[in-house]
Amino acid sequence: MVPTTTKDRSEGREEANPRTPPESRSTSGKAPKACSLSARGEPFLWGFGGSLAIGIMMILGFMTLILWNGIAAFYPKPLQVVTLRDGTLVAGEPIRTESFQPQEESPGKGDKEHGESPSAGPIPALRTLYRIGNFDLYNEDFRWVLESSVEKTATPPDLFFVERLEWGPFVGTVQSIDLAGSQIGGPSLSTNELYSAVEQAAERRAGIRSVERGDIAAVNYEMEEARLALKKAGLKYGPRSPEYQAAEKGYADRSAVLAERYRALEARAHELKSQDAKFTITLADVSGREKVQKLSDVVRMYPANLLSVFQKLRIYASRWWELLSQEPREANTEGGIMPAIFGTCVMTIFMALAVAPFGVVAALYLREYARQGRMVSAVRIGINNLAGIPSIVYGVFGLGFFAYMIGAGIDGLLFPERLPNPTYGTGGLLWSSLTLALLTVPVVIVATEEALAAVPQSSREGSLACGASKWQTVKYIVLPRAMPGIMTGLILAMARGAGEVAPLMLVGVVKLAPELPIDHFFPYIHLERSFMHLGFHIYDVGFQSRNSEAAKPMVFVTTLVLITLIAVMNAAAIYIRNRLKRKFSAGGF
Amino acid sequence: MPETGPPSVRSEGTIYHVKRGREGTVMEIEDFCLWYELAQALFNVSMGVEKGLVTALIGPSGCGKSTLLRSINRMNDLIDGVKVSGQMLVEGFDIYGPGVDVIALRKTMGMVFQKPNPFPMSITDNVTYPLKVDGITDKRVLAQTAETALKAAALWDEVKDRLHENALGLSGGQQQRLCIARAVAGDPDVLLMDEPCSALDPVATGKIEDLIDELRGKYTILIVTHNMQQAARVSDNTAFMYLGRLIEYGLTSTIFTNPRVEKTMEYVTGRFG
Repeated sequence: MVPTTTKDRSEGREEANPRTPPESRSTSGKAPKACSLSARGEPFLWGFGGSLAIGIMMILGFMTLILWNGIAAFYPKPLQVVTLRDGTLVAGEPIRTESFQPQEESPGKGDKEHGESPSAGPIPALRTLYRIGNFDLYNEDFRWVLESSVEKTATPPDLFFVERLEWGPFVGTVQSIDLAGSQIGGPSLSTNELYSAVEQAAERRAGIRSVERGDIAAVNYEMEEARLALKKAGLKYGPRSPEYQAAEKGYADRSAVLAERYRALEARAHELKSQDAKFTITLADVSGREKVQKLSDVVRMYPANLLSVFQKLRIYASRWWELLSQEPREANTEGGIMPAIFGTCVMTIFMALAVAPFGVVAALYLREYARQGRMVSAVRIGINNLAGIPSIVYGVFGLGFFAYMIGAGIDGLLFPERLPNPTYGTGGLLWSSLTLALLTVPVVIVATEEALAAVPQSSREGSLACGASKWQTVKYIVLPRAMPGIMTGLILAMARGAGEVAPLMLVGVVKLAPELPIDHFFPYIHLERSFMHLGFHIYDVGFQSRNSEAAKPMVFVTTLVLITLIAVMNAAAIYIRNRLKRKFSAGGF
Repeated sequence: MPETGPPSVRSEGTIYHVKRGREGTVMEIEDFCLWYELAQALFNVSMGVEKGLVTALIGPSGCGKSTLLRSINRMNDLIDGVKVSGQMLVEGFDIYGPGVDVIALRKTMGMVFQKPNPFPMSITDNVTYPLKVDGITDKRVLAQTAETALKAAALWDEVKDRLHENALGLSGGQQQRLCIARAVAGDPDVLLMDEPCSALDPVATGKIEDLIDELRGKYTILIVTHNMQQAARVSDNTAFMYLGRLIEYGLTSTIFTNPRVEKTMEYVTGRFG
């Protein structure tokens, strides 16, 4: 009590006589001073809570940024027509408005600026970025419009936003459509007719695609198989042997049949295409320049200013569906990301399949079998340090060791007929998964070791006293009990592996993979194929594409998808873990 | 009628006045010493364990009674740096001899620990664990064994309706009786109990003691206990250990009423320990 009263008194005096010099306080307030701050309260509580709050704010801010930009990206925006003072018409989607410092282009300006204060500089002006589209006509997708140069802004109802397979979107009006000779144009063209024409065109496009990518690809595949079989026979028996000659004859017959089929299919594709080319649409930009376009090149079109909220939501949903189910186009900045989603999932699953047994077995040896001593401690420190190696180094190692050493060996042994084209001797799904497994194995080992250490010794003793061998004890008692902890490690490893990009760039991820790693050709899972990955897709679209402004929505949407994917995979793993946990912690004495 | 031999002195000055069992001794411990790294925990312990009787090991904490018990089924092997000397013969067979199959040895002995340690599986799976590790998968045999063992452990009536529930849902006393059931399920000759009641309340303790009484005769039981009333109640012979030495080993009633050694008297009357 004494220190408190002293303190109160000293504070009271200070209030009553605020001019008391600090010296007098130091004499009267001796008791509270002797008692340290940390003994009287929780002075660090602000620090603890503050750092947590900062962390949460950063995560929330990041998530909000991704969610907002990602979710809003596909919602149809209105189209505006801006008349500038010089009479030019600009039509497009307004993207954003910002203030900027107009740069005057007088020559001596740069020298003057050094000496003058910033207040003498030009007044900030407003400008708006419009997505004007029509890249084939204007050679640019986006245009800045100065607020001061705008005469008037309008939202005409007949303006269409047309998404095309090539050249990006078109912003303009529909003049007419030509359905294989029957021309419908002007006011007689109803929106419904237009939409049904676009739908039919999409069906034709799918038909051509199924011939080209399905049937012709299958013929090509069989042809390649036949050629490889022949080459294999040549390598096995020698070019003079009777077996080779038999194979050669078989190959000649087979290739003749296939070539016949190929020609038929090609003719069919050609016919479909020339038929398709008769269906065209004539578009005109805001200043009246016309553009004739194949109808099947139109992915989606809508009169942006006429849409009801419901129609906008339908377009929004169809864009998401396209994203999740289609292949990319326009150098990845448009279209879907299905191959990337697929590649990421398959790679992460293979990685988990590789890392789980490897890490668990290593941790089991370290914790259950190895004699605890200096050697084991050194190994443990080494494993922890492995987690600190830059991931790109793993990539280099994966490329050198897996692809160029092991992969080249596999090629020499199993696929000599394909050389010099590498099969496993280059980056691919398998090597990517193994490289990431290597990258994440320290996480699994450390987590598993901790989970094993947390299994009570009494359980082990109980089992051993029943006459169980060490392995039986591990199998029946220790591993099941450690499983939730092992799952936690696996979750961490999967999250880390799914989001990793740098090493993958070296060992198998590509900008655009022609084929998925799983398809209907034997052996169905093609571990040697290169694949697409969401993380690399973000990097590629955001930083390597022709027009970063056009790619921006795609970057956010892809990021959103990647984060969602990781969250879903983690949620699944956490669900499994919690079910295991419930099994092992019921009651508990 | 079992008879008490005349007091005799063997190595290390231990006093013996052991009650003989009808079937003779099952275990002969001769000059047994044990070291943890450099610290010696047992000094020249020599004793015989009578078949079919209950033998209690008492003594103050750290006197080596648990170490001795765990040496019998070689659980001390799990600890790095344990060295032993002397002999431990079970049915005339040196269990520390060369080429001994430790796992086979442990199958002949059941062990119950200080804290109940049921496995996180169903009650049946717990009891039949010793059979499972022997590779027995016949469901009928397993169910039969589980019933027999649970009846032997006086737990059958309490759990017969929930044999497939997780054993961790049982109370502490039930868990310990489940551990006893598990220990007897493997059909051992010897039951080793390491303070089986120290984590239990008096009611559960009473049930375990009744159970030990019932198991007397069927198994040779060695029980380590801190509770001297318990030792007096359940055991035929009692060994008093102090600082790693066996001080006095003999008929329980004699140990608790008229011990031959001053130290034993001091301990059983509560003057130290």
